[in-house]
Formats: sequence, structure tokens, C-alpha cells
Amino acid sequence: MTKYDDVLNKYPLPSAVKEELKAEFERLGINKTKARQIVERCYQAYLANLMEPGEAAGIIAAQSIGEPGTQMTMRTFHYAGVAEIDVTLGLPRLIEILDVRKNPSTPMMTIRLAEDYAKDRNKAREVANRIEATYILDIADVATDIRHMQIIITPDEKALERKQLTVEEVKKRIEKGLKTEVEESEGKLIIAISEPSYKVLMDTFDKLRRLVLAGIKEIRRVIIRKDGEEYVLYTEGSNLKKVMKVKGVDPARTLTNDIYEIYEVLGIEAARNAVIREAISTLEEQGLEVNVRHIMLVADAMTADGELKQIGRHGVAGEKQSILARAAFEMTVNNLLDAAVQGDKDSLSGITENIIVGQPIKLGTGDVELIARLR
Amino acid sequence: MTPKRIAGLRFEVLSPQEIRRMSVAKVITPETYDDDGFPIEAGLMDPRLGVIDPGLRCRTCSGKAGECPGHFGHIELAAPVIHVGYAKLIAKLLNATCRECGRILLKDERRDKYIEEIERKRELGQDYEDVVKEVFRLTKGKKCPHCGAEQIEIKFDKPTFFYEGEHRLTPKDIRERLEKISSEDLPAFGMDPRAVRPEWMVLTVLPVPPVTVRPSIILETGQRSEDDLTHKLVDIIRINQRFMENKEAGAPQLILEDLWELLQYHVTTYLDNEVSGIPPARHRSGRPLKTLAQRLKGKEGRFRGSLSGKRVNFSARTVISPDPNLSINEVGVPQIIAEELTVPLYVTERNIDEAREYILRTEHPKANYVIRLDGRRIRVMDTNREELAEKLEPGMIVERQLMDGDIVLFNRQPSLHRMSIMAHYVRVLPYKTFRLNPAVCPPYNADFDGDEMNMHVPQGLEAQAEARSLMAVQEHILSPRFGGPIIGGIHDHISGLYLLTRGEKLFTREEVVSILKPLKITKLPKPKREGLWTGKQIFSSILPEISIEFKAEICQGCEECKKEECEYDAYVVIKKGELLAGTIDEKAVGAFKGIIIDEITRKYGNEETRKFIDNVTHLAIRAIMHTGFSFGISDEDIPEEAISQIHEVIGGAERRVEELIKAYREGNLEPMPGRSIRETLEMKIMQVLGRARDQAGKIASRFLGMENPAVIMAVSGARGSMLNLTQMAACIGQQSVRGERIKRGYTYTNRTLSHFKPGDLGAKARGFIKSSYKEGLTPVEFFFHAMGGREGLVDTAVRTSQSGYLQRRLINALQDLKVEYDGTVREQTSGLLVQFRYGEDGVDPMKSFRGKAVDVKRIINEVLGERA
Repeated sequence: MTKYDDVLNKYPLPSAVKEELKAEFERLGINKTKARQIVERCYQAYLANLMEPGEAAGIIAAQSIGEPGTQMTMRTFHYAGVAEIDVTLGLPRLIEILDVRKNPSTPMMTIRLAEDYAKDRNKAREVANRIEATYILDIADVATDIRHMQIIITPDEKALERKQLTVEEVKKRIEKGLKTEVEESEGKLIIAISEPSYKVLMDTFDKLRRLVLAGIKEIRRVIIRKDGEEYVLYTEGSNLKKVMKVKGVDPARTLTNDIYEIYEVLGIEAARNAVIREAISTLEEQGLEVNVRHIMLVADAMTADGELKQIGRHGVAGEKQSILARAAFEMTVNNLLDAAVQGDKDSLSGITENIIVGQPIKLGTGDVELIARLR
Repeated sequence: MTPKRIAGLRFEVLSPQEIRRMSVAKVITPETYDDDGFPIEAGLMDPRLGVIDPGLRCRTCSGKAGECPGHFGHIELAAPVIHVGYAKLIAKLLNATCRECGRILLKDERRDKYIEEIERKRELGQDYEDVVKEVFRLTKGKKCPHCGAEQIEIKFDKPTFFYEGEHRLTPKDIRERLEKISSEDLPAFGMDPRAVRPEWMVLTVLPVPPVTVRPSIILETGQRSEDDLTHKLVDIIRINQRFMENKEAGAPQLILEDLWELLQYHVTTYLDNEVSGIPPARHRSGRPLKTLAQRLKGKEGRFRGSLSGKRVNFSARTVISPDPNLSINEVGVPQIIAEELTVPLYVTERNIDEAREYILRTEHPKANYVIRLDGRRIRVMDTNREELAEKLEPGMIVERQLMDGDIVLFNRQPSLHRMSIMAHYVRVLPYKTFRLNPAVCPPYNADFDGDEMNMHVPQGLEAQAEARSLMAVQEHILSPRFGGPIIGGIHDHISGLYLLTRGEKLFTREEVVSILKPLKITKLPKPKREGLWTGKQIFSSILPEISIEFKAEICQGCEECKKEECEYDAYVVIKKGELLAGTIDEKAVGAFKGIIIDEITRKYGNEETRKFIDNVTHLAIRAIMHTGFSFGISDEDIPEEAISQIHEVIGGAERRVEELIKAYREGNLEPMPGRSIRETLEMKIMQVLGRARDQAGKIASRFLGMENPAVIMAVSGARGSMLNLTQMAACIGQQSVRGERIKRGYTYTNRTLSHFKPGDLGAKARGFIKSSYKEGLTPVEFFFHAMGGREGLVDTAVRTSQSGYLQRRLINALQDLKVEYDGTVREQTSGLLVQFRYGEDGVDPMKSFRGKAVDVKRIINEVLGERA
């Protein structure tokens, strides 16, 4: 669009650099010849800043993430911005991310709303009600009557209104969920127990208490917060698949901190980005500066073959080709026994293997095979 | 000539024939030595199995101790026994094959399909475990498709027992069944018929490892103490013999079975002494024996302890201490260490005179050893000095003592990143500690409270060259973690420069010269005033020609920055290597932050930066010595007036807390969204008390003033924080356990200590400390402080182990990733393509400008020839 585009497009610079150059050119109003000069210099600088072949990128990434780990806290703290939701942070969270835990200790979602819902608090509340799990105790008093073998539910008008539910709806939901008849009288709901058994009565009561009347089971709490212009929902608990389908939610801008869930719902590329985002934000929150490239490499190593794999025994480290490398990591004896039965061959191409047999490793200066002959 | 490389290692299961073939001796008696102390033939210490006693020669290879690698023997087992490690696989195999004909319980076509799939995955280097699992699942308990026999499920009882229904299968039965399994079926179970026959998993012959593997040690009492493995082998042979004798004598079946089981037990524990389900075999003293599996496993095991981590010569370790007069790439080496460690000098025609000189010397840089052409290493002594010098010829190696200018590797554990091992140049110094410039403490994470460090002397010329060009300290000023400097001024360097450059301090010619004395500066700039120079001018004299502007650490964060006009002198302006405005502090030259250091590296490179940091440290120390700088208890004194103000603030907060509690008790507290009333109360109380402490701190710092040494240190970023100061001078504040006020104690009466009424929620009863460290704590406060302090200690202990393991896993997972010549990142062993372009743009994080690929603004300014 601008006059600088054709100058910039001549050079294969990363887009972030191009963006910055363009912005700077426009801000300073630089003429074309100067611009060309600058871009040329930037390109030279870029070439000089490239990673050198043979560089042990993996080890540097591992060190760059592992070393600050010693400086992190162990504590769960409040989340910046939403004081009401506790989120695991620091080292435990980092371990959780790299372990790809299927059930993170504090699942949490950040839900952004569709255009016509985002600006209006009431409409946001409406969406929140559709998401937040509502139980009978949230909207009514429940009593058990042993003499008549029945459960009496006294709905709380105010709570019902806040949750945007009617007694009728509640009744239907209970009938469906418990597969029993529910009678309505004087604004109260009564569940009669057919069998004269105290146990059945208590079981029914328990079931009733756990019955989700509205919302999504996993979402225990929803907090509405204004973020700039729009209202945003923060939830305790996560269920991406269901939340994305809820009316009023903008699925494209809705996030969860449960990486495995993202992997299952949105696929491997999304999972890779989620690993990067979560790891970076965990480190940043602790005030630790780590270059994204390291985290990208870790995330790519975890996702490179299309499956989300953890860092460790049951993932990347455990699936190494080399028997010696696996044996040196964990489960030494089993790895050796299995290798023997399978007649496996260790081709000694990795690092650990070559250290073990006492050969130079194929990294950095050890990777160079060319030898100059001096006359 | 390039050294030979091992192409690969193949793993297979030893067959009985192979075991017998490689054996040099059949072991039949459990005795080891006879009464005269000679090893018994056909015993476990048979001289054919190798030598461990110096002076003797091996009966098999006639090598001396140290030359002979040892040789295997074997034991013929009287009855077959199960190999524990394969018991589970045996169970799976038995259930997956026909009990009559031994064929796999799958039709041939289906079997071939699975074999093909496994083969394909194997070739692609993929995991085929799932397919094997499916095969085992599909073959369970079916009728044999080949001979039609009904199958009976075989139950596996850990660790080595098998039942077919109620009937117990002996290892002999099992071996017979395994023999029937066809080799053609094996690939379907993920097994390689070239590497293993199923029946080999039931042992009939046991290899006896050479004595070199299990040397006996002579105790001080002269008694021989055998290795754990030998003990175990003795047990096996003893039972084996008994079994054989009983069998020959026609003993009842019951006794034989008992012996068989005992033999199985001994063989099992010989292989692995930590099998679940059986008691571990113990030494006479009650200590569990360390048998084969235990030797390999774990941190101190063969793999992690001996093969991945190697011991080295030419190394030294001692306590470290600081010496700001050294360059950052030097290390002070004690004389005694320098006299012990050597560097090889490869003698050629060109250096033969030099080498000879070292041999002839009798003092420090002298030769310790000469290695002759035949490889013999000869110690240089007074008696043979002349002779060795005489006979020296090209091709020999002279090992001369470490001396100034040699390159060595310096390391502090834990080696968490590559900056934990850097190359330094040697400076031989008196006394017994390693000396280093305190500016290199941050990368090593070292301090001088008793830390020790290791030093290694690279022996090869190639290693030395690599150390100089790749590992030297100046090559590591920028951290690859975030692309900023990790080496820079600390502590006194920062306070020193702060004192020097702050405001318009004036120095006479004598003062300037005394401050600049350790630096190689020959010319003074024009004095700012008649015969007087400013501190900023003095600092400028070590600056290379750079131009830069930034906000210093002491910046107060005013709403509108007045830049050069800053009343705190917090806006640093450097033009053409001249400090025009601003104070030099942590932000300018500190480790991790150091903007000036960053700028110099990028503009002038590592060597220039090294010189600058050297100069900074030298200059700062002179500067701080010029004014003098000390800190003591009286520096925390605050006037009566301040104390009463602080008391007022804290008293007010306590009253506010009481009000909150009252409101809570009366039910007038409005809960915050999503919180219970109790949680709301806690949060509000914490807020009130936190604010009170901050206010108390503000009052204290107002009275301490900017000239207070503690304030100077905190503000400039040299050491400590304003919070530390507040706690010393004004009020320590709330103690917490698990992020909450202290609530544990007498749970049943609901109070923290018996000094309080049950249910007391007040500030004092829940761990708020209103005293300052200087005033001292009341007993109750002291107790709560100890609670909080303990939590901190536990936290650190847990964290180090957790993060250590995380680091190990990360390294293990990523170590084989490397940037290829085409810019991609690949896993070396499998060739898996991990990234098409490293980090999406191929930029080295270390060379990047704090994460950005190119420092665009700098280039623009350079081209435009001015700073915006």
C-alpha cells in the first residue's frame, strides 16, 4: 500500500521486522533512498543474527526454561485481573504444562462474547447463566420429609430470577434428570418416593443435589469482568467444546488453560500455540524473561509428529530411538530387556549414546566433518 | 586420520549355546578361596575368569591386572528357572499361543497383516507397541485356528509363577511350551527371531561375570570381603548343587520342588533384588544386596553414574573469593594448584628449546613429567632433570605446570545453563582460594559465603582453541535465554558508580587521578570547572563512543518525563561516549539489566565489552573507596516523630481491622463476587494491614533520606529493596502460611496460641507483626515469624528438587535437536523435522535484541547519523 512496500518486499526479512520498519519509516517520513539503505543494513544485521548450523538449539532451549525454574515460586496465587479465581502459577504450573496433564489442577476459561452480547452487562449475564452450572441448592431450599417420604423443594424467587429460570423449567429438568414425577403445589416442588426406604430417599436427595439444572457441569463458577469496551467471562472449570457452542459466545476468541482439551477440540496446531501461550504467560507472571523461540522449540518438539506428547518418560524423552539414551534417562532395566527381545539396534546418532561409548558428539564443532589439508 | 566410529550396537538375548561358547570355565563349587588364600579351580574366583590381584597373570589371556578385561564363566543349572525380567512377556506369549501346537492364535493371513504393519512402523521409526498390544489382546483365550485345541487361560502370579487353572506350571513345562512357538510367529509379538528364541527366557545356563566385574576387597583386618554379586552366585551354586544331589539320590518330589523354588528365588534376586512380591536378599548385616539390576539403575547406577557422567583428571576444586582487580575472563589460581596441574607441550623442532627450559627449571613454571616416544611417563626430578633435557626430542610431550595465560574451564554446580562452565585465563596467585571478578558471579550464581568451584585444564590443542574462542567469558556476556547481558556490575560496583555519577559531584585533580589510577587512562578531559572534574566526566572516560538515552533504575515513574531536566537525575543521556545527564545504576551496568553493556556489545563486540566491564569494576571500587561506604544498625535509626507516626498508622489499621471483624460478626459485610463472607473478610484485612505496612515504610524512608546507605543500595539496585528497609526500620508486617494469615494452632479451640481468646480474628492473633527487626519482636510475633520463615525454607527445598527433575527431563527430551545447514531443526536420531526454520525466523536468541530479530531503531539512527 505505501511507497515503502516495494523496498521492503525485496528482502526476505521476518514480517515482524518489516512491520516495525514500515511503522518507523512512516513515523519519521523517510525518503526512499534512505529507506533502501536502512533496509539493506537491517538485512545484513538479520543475516548476522541467524542461528549457526550445528547449534544445539534443543539444549539451549531446555536450559533456558529449566534454569529460571529454580527461581520460581511454588505457590498458587490469585490471577492478575480476576482476583476471585485461584490459578496455579509458578513452577507447579510450568510442570503441569510440560507434562500435558489431562486434568490440570485449576482449569480456567476466558470467554469472549459475540458482538451483540459483549457490550451489554445483562446480555453477558444471560450467557453466563447458560454456562455456569446451577444446582438445586443455588436456587432453592431443599428439605426431606421422612414421615411422608418426600423431598420438598422451596424455590427462591430472587435466585431464580438472577439465574433466569422458572419453576416450570426446574421441574422439567428434575423430572428428566431423576426420572421421577415432580408435583407442584403452592409454588413448591415435591418429589414423592414410592418405596418406603430411608436409603432411597437419601439417594434421591443426593442425586437431586448433584443434578445440573442449567449450564455446563464442569463450569463451577463464572465471573463477569469488563475488559476495555467489552464484558468478558472468566470461569472456574473448563469445557471448551460445550462452551464454544453456547449462544452468545464468540468461539474464535474463547480460551481455556487446559491444553489437552484444546488438543482434542481444536487439534495439534492449536495445542502447540496453547503450550507456547501458557508457558510464556507462566514465566512472565514470575517476572522471568525467556525468549519465545525456546518455548516454541519445546512446543514443537512436543507436537512435531501430530500427537501432543509430554516432556518425559511417557513422551518425547521416552520415545527416543536410542536404547542407550532411554536407558540412561529412566527405567533402565526394562528398556534394555525390551530392546534385547526386539533385537533393536542403537545407531549411536544421538548425544547420550555417544557420550556413553566415548565418541565425539555430533553437535557444534563436533558436527563438522570437513577437514582441511594443509600443505 | 579420523578416529574410528562405532556404527551401532545391537541388543539380543543370550542363548544357552552362546553362554557356553563364551564361557572359559564351568563353575561348580561355591567355594572361592582355599585355606592358603589361593582361588579354587572351578570356583567363583577361578583364575581363568580374570585377574584382580596385581602381579598375577590371567590364565586365559595372560594379561596383567588392568590389562585383562576378565572372562565369563558359566553355571549349568540343575533345573530351568524363569528370568524375572521376562516373566510378564512369557505369560503373554503363553496366552497368545496354542497350548498344543505352539502356533499363534491367529489365522496366518491376519498374522501376516500385523507383522507387515509392525515392520512398516519399525522402518519408519514409529512406535509399534500399540499393534503388539492389539495382537496380544486378540489372541487371548481363543480356540486354536491351526489345530483346533481348546485353550486354558494361564494365570501369571508375580513374580515368577504360572498357573493353568489350578495346575501350577513348572519352568520346565513352560520352557517346553515356549520351544514350540514358531519363529515365524514371533514378529507378530514385536520380537525378532534373529535376536531371541522364546525358550531362552527360561534359563538353563547362567553366565558368571568375570571377577573384574565383582572384585573382592581386602579389609583392614586382612579379611577378604566379597562383592554382593559373588555372594549371590555362591547362593545359586550351593542350591544348584543341593538340587542335583537330591535329584540323583531320588529325593521325594516335595523336597525337589522346594529346592527348585529356592533356586528360582536366588536367580531372581541375582538378576533384580527389588522385585515386588518377594523379600530382597540381604547381606549378613541386614543390608539388601546390590545385584545386577541395582547396579544399572538410578542416579548412581552404571548408566547415569558411570557412563553418562565421567570422572576426569587435570581438575581442581577449592573455595572461591572475590578479587575486583582481575579481569572478568581471568581466574586467580593458587600456587599449589598451579604446581600440580599440567599442560602438555608437544615438542617440535620449533619449541624444543622452550621445552628444554621447562625441564631444567626448578621453580614454578617447570615441567612435571616428560612423556617419551614409547609412551612412558617420567617424573622430572632433580636426579634426572639434566638427562631428560638432554634426551628430549621432537614428538615427546613435556607436561609443564599451569602458568599465567593458560586457558582453563571454570565451573560451579549446579550447572543449570551453559554459562555455568566458562573458560578463564589463568593468573597464578598466592593463598589457597580461586579468585574471580565479582562481575562474573551472576552467570555462575556464585557468592563467597563458602562456595567452591571446579577448574579443568583442557589438554588438547583443539580443546584449548575451542575454549578460547567459544567458551571464554566474554563470549557469554549475552545470555541466550533472553538476549541481554548476564554479566555486569553487582553490589558495590553499582553503589560506587551511583555515588560517583549522581548529581554534580566535583573532584580535584588529585582525587581524579587517584580514582582513575587502576585504569589505563592517559589523558584527562577538560575540567568542567576550574581545576575540578565531575563524577560524570570520570565515568565518561571509560565509555567507548556510544550514544544512548534511557531511564535509570532510580526513575520515579513520573507521569510526564522531563527527560534531561529530571529532578532526580534519573534520565541518562550519553552522547558520543560522554555521560551528559543521569545517574549510572543497575539499569545501566548491572547484570541482567545493563543497557550500556548491551549497547557496547552490539556496537563494538565482546572484547570491547569485556574491557568496559573490567573498567567498570575497577573504577567503581575506587569510587566507592573514595567516599567510603558502610552500613550498620544505626543507619536504621528514625526519629521519635517518625516512630509515633508509624504507631499511629498501625494503630489505625488495627482499629480498622476490628471494625471489619465487628461488621463480619454482625453480618454486615458484603461479600465480594464469588467469595464467601469469611474469605472477603480475610482479603480485606490483608489489604488494610498491607497498606498500613506500606505507609509505615513510606514514613520511615522519608525520615531516612536519600543519603542513607541502605536507601542508596536499595534505590540504585545494588542490594536489598525498600521493603527490606521498611521491615528493618518500621514494621515487619503480616506473616503468612500458604498465602493466608496464620490460622493454624489450637484447632479445637480455634485460636493460634493460648495467649488469645478462642475465635480471635484480630491482627495480632493472626500473625501481624508491628515491631521492626531493629526494635525486636515480642515472643508471640517471633513465633509467627518462625512459622512464616519455616514455610519459606520448606518451599526452597521442595523447589530445588522439582525444578532439577524438570530440567533433567527437558534436557533429555531436547538434547538431540540441532539446527541443520538448511536452517531446519531436526531430531538427530530419528531425523524427525521439528521446525522448518528455527524459531520461525531462524534468529539466534542470544544475538537477538531482547527477542527482536533486528534492532531496527539502532540501524535507523545509525543510517540517519543521529539519535531520534
